[in-house]
Amino acid sequence: MGLFFVKRLFALLATLAVASCLIFAVLELLPGNVAQVILGDSATAESIAALEQRLGLHRPALARYVDWMAGWLQGRSAVSPSYDTPTATLIAERLQVTVPLALMAMALTVVLALALGVYAASQHRRWGDVGVMALSQIGLAVPSFWFAILLILVFAVKLQWVAAGGFPGWSETDGGGLAAGLQALVLPAVALAVVQASVLARWTRSAVLEVMRDDFVRTARAKGLSRRATLWRHVLRNAMIPVLTVMGLQFAFLLSGTVVIENVFVLPGLGRLVFQAVANRDLLVVRDVVLLLVAMVLVVNFVVDLLCAVADPRLLAGRA
Amino acid sequence: MLAALLLAAAALSLVWQPWPPADIDIAARLQPPSASHWLGTDSLGRDIASQLLVGAQTSIAVGVLAVAIGLGAGVALGLVAAARGGWADEWLMRVADVGFAFPALLSAVLLGAVYGPGIATGVVAIGLFNVPVFARTTRAAALGVWSREYVLAARAAGLGPWRITLDHVLPNVASVLIVQATVQFSTAIIAEAALGYLGLGAQPPRPSWGRMLSEAQAQMFQAPWLAVYPGTAIALAVLGLNLLGDGLRDLLDPRLAHSR
Repeated sequence: MGLFFVKRLFALLATLAVASCLIFAVLELLPGNVAQVILGDSATAESIAALEQRLGLHRPALARYVDWMAGWLQGRSAVSPSYDTPTATLIAERLQVTVPLALMAMALTVVLALALGVYAASQHRRWGDVGVMALSQIGLAVPSFWFAILLILVFAVKLQWVAAGGFPGWSETDGGGLAAGLQALVLPAVALAVVQASVLARWTRSAVLEVMRDDFVRTARAKGLSRRATLWRHVLRNAMIPVLTVMGLQFAFLLSGTVVIENVFVLPGLGRLVFQAVANRDLLVVRDVVLLLVAMVLVVNFVVDLLCAVADPRLLAGRA
Repeated sequence: MLAALLLAAAALSLVWQPWPPADIDIAARLQPPSASHWLGTDSLGRDIASQLLVGAQTSIAVGVLAVAIGLGAGVALGLVAAARGGWADEWLMRVADVGFAFPALLSAVLLGAVYGPGIATGVVAIGLFNVPVFARTTRAAALGVWSREYVLAARAAGLGPWRITLDHVLPNVASVLIVQATVQFSTAIIAEAALGYLGLGAQPPRPSWGRMLSEAQAQMFQAPWLAVYPGTAIALAVLGLNLLGDGLRDLLDPRLAHSR
């Protein structure tokens, strides 16, 4: 297990390093430079020169890259030209919305997908299976942001049960609170979860059907274990390995989905931050937020790999 | 049928639209469906039906180009990885892992911030994400072909790895790639719509289903029906392509063919 952990950790760090180089290189391949893009076509030569000086653009690219990475490791970041605030401060504020939203969406996804996938597998070749598969096909086809707009139409415009968007904050002194904050994230989490659950339910169904064909399942039933007990005590545990792997892959899509969903519901999260940064041509914020989101994807997949290895030690033998 | 409907709509829009999609008519803004404007008009009086038809062109163009980028680069990488094996396989798959860390939307955000929004940015971003998808799919399928007896016989007969790849491996993985291509096409349509919604896709006056949804959201209280049409168009297009992919998989999978 130790060797497996070290190898996966090395792969994570190497991939992250390459990803950071790619992000940095994209900014280096600009027509013009970062200062010109940030200030726009109407900027004077003096203002461009001042911003170039402030951003250290006269220094070699390698030195600026090393400084950027060292800053991340030491907890210091560049100051955003449009917000006049360190990007780390901006990101830390926005994570307070994005992380709870992503966790709620993932939790809802897992509950929905497991329930529907196991049910569909237990109803294989019957109407229950057909119904779940039809629903998942529709769920796959519906864009999450359109589903979010429809949710707003129904629950905010027609029924007026919730606000159409916005986030009151986690602090009651600011007029928010835990309950109000969670309520504001329910519709966005549902919009994100439905699409992800459609994908995961199909994988869960396939994995459960695959395991149900194994001999040990037949043995368990022959020994008198009920169908339900066999399903939950033996089948599901063994089917979770491929499902866990897909969950890790789906997290990347869920994170990119939050970028759109936060804009639909006007939530002050990372997605809205990067969207506003693009509109303001604030490349420093875009650079740091994209790197953070990529890092989150890689870390989640690393954790999923470890969980899979813990759940199925045969994976460790294969890697050793 | 749904996929054919998408193609038919795009083809029809090349020669005919009920109204010019970019024509602004403020006097006719936010009209509900009528005999003259079958699906109504938007906040600038533009005909919704015309925008939907021409928007299909954008979706198909982005889908085709993005899948072509993924197929071209991804299949080549996958075939090389399977043929060479060893360190080449290991390095190419690590490159694919880096690609998977950049979902299409994040890449489009980065490229849009640097080079400005537009169809080209979206095509490149979605296409780049397709490369590791096709690379891994091709490699997995190709490795299965490389272990077949007829490939071993070809090697024994003295054929080189590249000749074997072109003559035997590529034709036998084509069916898997066709199915994957339909899946990625549908994914590209959703990604293009998401970029359009964020304003990073096709720019005005070119219609885009995603941007239509963004504009519809701003008019949600006055004209809630505006949000239904572009979303339905996206959902039907994606559903059609997914069902086409499922059908092709059933048709082309040799294991399922034998069971028929």
